[in-house]
Amino acid sequence: MTQPRRGGEYDVAVIGGGLVGSALAWGLARSGQTVAMLDEGDIAVRPSRGNFALVWVQGKGLGMSDYAGWTKKSSDDWGGFADLLYQQTGLDVAYRRPGGFMPMLSEEDLQARANAMMRLHNQPDMIPYPYEVMDRETLRKELPFIGPEVVGGTYCPLDGHCNSLRLLRTLHKGIGMLGVDYRPNHRVERIEHRDGGFRMAIAGNGAGGEIRAGKVVIAAGHDGARLAPMVGLSAPVRPQRGHVIVTEKTAPFLHHPTVYIRQTDEGGVMIGDSFEEAGFDTTLQPGVSSAIAERAIRFFPLLGKLNVVRSWAALRVLTPDGFPIYEESKTAPGAFVATCHSGVTLAANHALTLAPLIAAGGLGDRFTPFSARRFHVPQAA
Amino acid sequence: MFRRLPEIETALNAAAEAVAFTIDGRPAKARAGDSVAAALLANGVTACRNTPVSGAARGPYCMMGICFDCLVTIDGTGNRQGCQVRVSPGMAVETQNGKREVER
Repeated sequence: MTQPRRGGEYDVAVIGGGLVGSALAWGLARSGQTVAMLDEGDIAVRPSRGNFALVWVQGKGLGMSDYAGWTKKSSDDWGGFADLLYQQTGLDVAYRRPGGFMPMLSEEDLQARANAMMRLHNQPDMIPYPYEVMDRETLRKELPFIGPEVVGGTYCPLDGHCNSLRLLRTLHKGIGMLGVDYRPNHRVERIEHRDGGFRMAIAGNGAGGEIRAGKVVIAAGHDGARLAPMVGLSAPVRPQRGHVIVTEKTAPFLHHPTVYIRQTDEGGVMIGDSFEEAGFDTTLQPGVSSAIAERAIRFFPLLGKLNVVRSWAALRVLTPDGFPIYEESKTAPGAFVATCHSGVTLAANHALTLAPLIAAGGLGDRFTPFSARRFHVPQAA
Repeated sequence: MFRRLPEIETALNAAAEAVAFTIDGRPAKARAGDSVAAALLANGVTACRNTPVSGAARGPYCMMGICFDCLVTIDGTGNRQGCQVRVSPGMAVETQNGKREVER
C-alpha cells in the first residue's frame, strides 16, 4: 500500500505529523486506507514538544460530559493500544496505569478541588468513574515524600502515563510499516475541494507540488486555525505556553504520576506547572522555571536535591473552552478537523475509534458535541 | 591504563603533594590540584559508573565538563561531575551503579 492509487491520489491526506496526526494516520492505515501524512519541517510549532505524557482522566470534562466520557474511553483502551503498538513495532511506550494524584497545598484548594470533582460527576449523562478525596495521612501512605504543606489531594485509579517521546517514535515506525507515505517538509499552503476530492498545494523549496486525496484530515495543531477555513471548517485555537523542567535520572521513588510532577520510566522527574498567555513566543523565562521548581519542592521537598538537566517552554493548543474539536465539513464532505490539547491521553481514541470512522466515511451524531459550531452561538442582543 | 606524563612526574614532587582520599572506601592517593576524574584514572579506576538505563559501564572521557560520563558520588551527593571537582583530603568518592538515589 506504499503507492497512492489512481495516479497520485491517496484515500486520505493527514495534515500534521505530531501525536494527533500520527495516531490518526496509524488508525487510518490500519483500516485499509492509503494515507499520506504531510508534516512541516523541524521549525514547526510543535505542541508535542510540550506534552507531559500523562494519560489522565480525573477532573476532565467539567462543562462537557461527552469529553469526560471520551477521555475515560481512551484511558480504558490505552493498555490495548500500547499492546498493539508493541506487537507491531517491538517498541514499548511504557504505559502504566498506577492511578494518579492531585496533591493540594491548602485546605481551600482541596475543598475547591473536591467540589469541582463533585460538580463534574453531577453533570447529566456523565459516565461515572471512581475517585477519592484524601486527607494528608491517607495521601502520605501512597506518596510518602510529600512536603509538610501538602494537606491532602484527589486520587483516581484510572490515571496513568507513558513515555511520550517513544510514543511518537513508535507511531512513526508503525505508520511506516503500514505503508503510510510520510512527507516531512511538506507545509500545506492551500487546500482545494475539487471534483469530490482534495488538492493540497505544498510550499516550494524542492518539496513543492500537489498532493491529492479523497479525504483530508486537519490535525495540524496551531496551523489548524489557518487551514480549517479553507474547507469550510473552523479551529479557533490559541497557543498557551507551558514550561517543562526535567531532572537527572534517579532510582524510582515517585510511584504515581501527579498532575504537575511525575517520574518517567527511565528515572528523570518532569515538572510542568505553568500556564501563560504569550502568543507564539517559546523563549524560556527563567523566572517561570524557578517559580515552578520552587512549587514542586513544596510538594516533594526531596526534589530540591536533584540536578536539572533540561528546561524549555512549549505551546499547548487550546480551543476557547479547552475541549477538543472533531468535525466533518458540511460544505466540503470528506474534510475533517481533529484538534485537542490532550494528544497523549486521546491517542488510543484517535487511533482505534476516530480513525476507523473517518475511514468508513463519517463521524456520526456522537461527535456533534465536539463540533466547532459550539463557538458560533449568535451573540444575544 | 593511564599514567602521568614523565615530564610532570619529574617537575613536581608527587610525594610531597599527595592528597589522601577514598574510592568506594578504599584508601587512595592523588596530587593536589587533580580533579576527581583525573585522580580516579591515576588510581586505575577507568569505569566509574554504570548508566541508569542500559547499565553499560562509563568512565571519564572529555575531562572538561561536557560529556557527563564521569558522574560519581562525592561526599554523599550523587551525580557529581568528577572532572569539575578538585580532589581534597579525606574526600569520599564512590562509583555509581545505575541511577542515583534521590535521597543522596
